[in-house]
Amino acid sequence: MNAILRDFVQSFLAFLERVGLLVRFALRLAVILPSALMRPRPIIEQVYNTGAMSLVIIMTCGLFIGMVLGMQGYDLLTRFGSEEYLGTATAVSLLRELGPVVTALLFAGRAGTALAAELGLMRATDQIAAMEIMAVDPMRRVVLPRFLGGVIAMPLLVSIFIVVGLFGAQLVGVELFGVDSGSFWSQMRSSVELGDIREGLVKGVVFGVACSLIAVYEGYNAMPTAEGVGRATTRTVVISAVVTLILDYILTALML
Amino acid sequence: MRSTRAIDISTGLFVLLGFAAILFMVTQITNRGFSLRSDSYRLLAAFENIGGLKPGAPVSMAGVTIGRVEDIQYDMKLYKAIVTMRISDKYRAIPNDSDASIYTAGLLGGQYIGLTPGGSDVPYKDGEQVIMANDAIVLENLISKYLFNSAATKSGESAAAAAPAAQE
Repeated sequence: MNAILRDFVQSFLAFLERVGLLVRFALRLAVILPSALMRPRPIIEQVYNTGAMSLVIIMTCGLFIGMVLGMQGYDLLTRFGSEEYLGTATAVSLLRELGPVVTALLFAGRAGTALAAELGLMRATDQIAAMEIMAVDPMRRVVLPRFLGGVIAMPLLVSIFIVVGLFGAQLVGVELFGVDSGSFWSQMRSSVELGDIREGLVKGVVFGVACSLIAVYEGYNAMPTAEGVGRATTRTVVISAVVTLILDYILTALML
Repeated sequence: MRSTRAIDISTGLFVLLGFAAILFMVTQITNRGFSLRSDSYRLLAAFENIGGLKPGAPVSMAGVTIGRVEDIQYDMKLYKAIVTMRISDKYRAIPNDSDASIYTAGLLGGQYIGLTPGGSDVPYKDGEQVIMANDAIVLENLISKYLFNSAATKSGESAAAAAPAAQE
């Protein structure tokens, strides 16, 4: 009994330590942020790596999420004889929730793991130690551009996801089930507000910060072994997903 | 590793795509923006009471949506609501003695304008006013009319019953 309690306390302390280390890591990034903005070249490369390379998976998933929303929404709304609200229903659910959350989960799976594995491998093959020996700050040179690339790419990915999703919903609702195209768009226009778009974009930025931070932290602090790199990528996906969903609840509560 | 030029081009494409998506959301999903389609013409109608009609509501003929309500203004001279409808160019030939009525879609649905064709050979022109406009049926008015009527008949009966008693 005593041993169980001690185990519990130990793991709780370890958790607190991780949180503290993460905050310290984030603060170090924030301190060197202005100097890194002076050199946009590596940041652009990372926007390419995290953003442009995720475009295909984001667009594919957005299209299918939108098509499913169109189908489910149509089936539900016809029960009330109000299928002209299909546009509103899909737009609001995509803008506020599905767009940012699903994009963040896909981002963690596609870009986050890539970042963590890359940094972890650099750590395992002593490239980071080599940089330190050459008096190059690896945080500034390697970590920060990757973090910023993710932060910049995420809201753009969210917007693209939402727009592609809307066209998916329109494809199923209007072209397949014959909802009037005019009422689909005009009902959407009359009931969607700028606040809905703002909510989606704010969530995109926050999730972008969270997911990129977790990815670079886990990769940078990976154990320098093959197993350590594997664990870092796994942890990136798991922690990013959990943190995204918790943050989503908090942000929704704040903005409703 | 791809050349830096290729990376720059695809990054630029990605960022442009992202901003285009944001622009699309702001202008096309909300009512703040402009409509992409402009091949249409306007019709005006003056209503005493538009009920719950809102901009964006459909304008239909025989149940087929032919346009949208673009704008609703209150006219201080006529004391009427001036509704601007935007009708698709496909439906150019609406007789110029057609009338407009406000209907409710379903029991709780939104309100829309229905046009009933007249017999004239001359079509409405762009910006012309519909000759006859039938108002929305406001549920509260109906209910209050019914309540007051029944109250009036009831009090009439009781007054009639009280009158002989007072005479005695």
